[in-house]
Amino acid sequence: MKQSANDTLLEFSGVGLSVGRREILKEVSLKVGRGEVVTLIGPNGAGKTTLLRVGLGLLRPTEGEVYLRPDLRTGYMPQRLQLDPTLPLTVRRFLGLAGSRGSEELLPILREVGAERVLDSPFGNLSGGELQRVLLARALLREPDLLVLDEPVQGVDVQGQAELFQLITRIRDRRGCAVFMVSHDLHLVMASTDRVVCLNRHVCCTGSPEAVTADPGFVELFGPLVVQNLALYAHDSEHRHNKKQEDFDG
Amino acid sequence: MDDFLLRALLAGLGVAVVAGPFGSFVVWRRLAYFGDTLAHSALLGVALGFLLHLNLTLGIVIVCQVLAVLLFLSQRQRQLAGDTLLGIFAHGSLSLGLVALAFMEDVRVDLLSYLFGDILAIAPADLVWIFGGGGLALALLVWLWKPLLAITIHEDLARVEGVAVDRVNWAFLGLIALTVALMMKVVGLLLVTSLLIIPAATARRFSSGPEVMAALASLIGCLAVGGGLYGSWRWDTPAGPSIVVAACVIFVLAILLPSGLSTGKERRRT
Repeated sequence: MKQSANDTLLEFSGVGLSVGRREILKEVSLKVGRGEVVTLIGPNGAGKTTLLRVGLGLLRPTEGEVYLRPDLRTGYMPQRLQLDPTLPLTVRRFLGLAGSRGSEELLPILREVGAERVLDSPFGNLSGGELQRVLLARALLREPDLLVLDEPVQGVDVQGQAELFQLITRIRDRRGCAVFMVSHDLHLVMASTDRVVCLNRHVCCTGSPEAVTADPGFVELFGPLVVQNLALYAHDSEHRHNKKQEDFDG
Repeated sequence: MDDFLLRALLAGLGVAVVAGPFGSFVVWRRLAYFGDTLAHSALLGVALGFLLHLNLTLGIVIVCQVLAVLLFLSQRQRQLAGDTLLGIFAHGSLSLGLVALAFMEDVRVDLLSYLFGDILAIAPADLVWIFGGGGLALALLVWLWKPLLAITIHEDLARVEGVAVDRVNWAFLGLIALTVALMMKVVGLLLVTSLLIIPAATARRFSSGPEVMAALASLIGCLAVGGGLYGSWRWDTPAGPSIVVAACVIFVLAILLPSGLSTGKERRRT
């Protein structure tokens, strides 16, 4: 995918972040272009969430620079949202916090993420999958150019995970917004991303899912066994993905 | 009704109304110990008031504000856990207040009235403080309500969506400090937190939304004040603790009551 400078939404240039003596990120350079799905993968403690937070402006890098396209609208889906059980809140109220909106605005967005029936449910009663969909809806309410998703399928069963990734792909296709997400789920994400960035404090390797899985850096990071399994899974989920797509189109 | 009883009732109701919404946020954000720490510093405020010949309530308000700032700043370090830090501040400031008062030879204070409140000695000037200061705190809270709620739910999400998180948090701490200082007179520094959290905790089961919970907490606080003052008058018990006992009784009764509302597992379908 070729891009002119204007198409760059978010760019990290030589970003480093140290806390005390601990180096969490080191010389990270990567770019997210318009309409592109970029997925960060890497082992626990690799700095994926930290990099996301730097991109959102929640953390200041100690080295390097972060470029954000001016007037970029960002929708953010945090990793986990655990509401204190003492706070009574319906989904309607939760979504309303992104700006005062009525049902006529909230319902279409909830329908888009497949969660329209929970509009008046208490937040605490949502299942894992419903919660993620509601969080996604809140991010979409801002009509983002860039969706930043931190572990979007956390707390969701395997079938639901595949559906969520398909949903994210559909949202990208329909809205043309870029997606920058973190996932440690390798095989599901492969089918729904344009570019994979392997992160382990620094960028180990980057490229299309197929290219990355063949990269020695990737094999080193995740071990040959995982990579072998991945080849099987990638085929499998691709197949399922197409089938679902037909179901939806039909 | 006697004047002093009427003033006591007005002061108690005023404080309870303000405590409802603030107490709800204290419960949602788990700030109970934080409020307690602010309250413990009140004696230091009394000492400051005597020292500088200020209105004592003003002295308490000032010390609470300063402590809120100190607490906020010191919680940014990661060496000590938050509750350890709060414990140090709470008991350090309480003891410092006691020692400072002991140094003032010409000052004699009724310690019990500061520890457990002295609602029957409420003067008209105190009512001005409670209704003026409390009204201001409540008005500002309403103004900050939505951003504060967003921060309470998820701070980073609120920040990404453009909420001035730091400014709102600062303002909220200042308002909590003001509220705590005003409540001192009614229930005393040891019991302030109870009037913040017990009505809010009672209201939770019957609330479908944050605003409902805040309003209900105010109402329950008013009931506790009314019940406590009546009990105090009837049986000649200390007023501050009687109010808190009344709040506890309502809390227990509410647990026994079927809730039926909002917490139900049913899901409305559209």
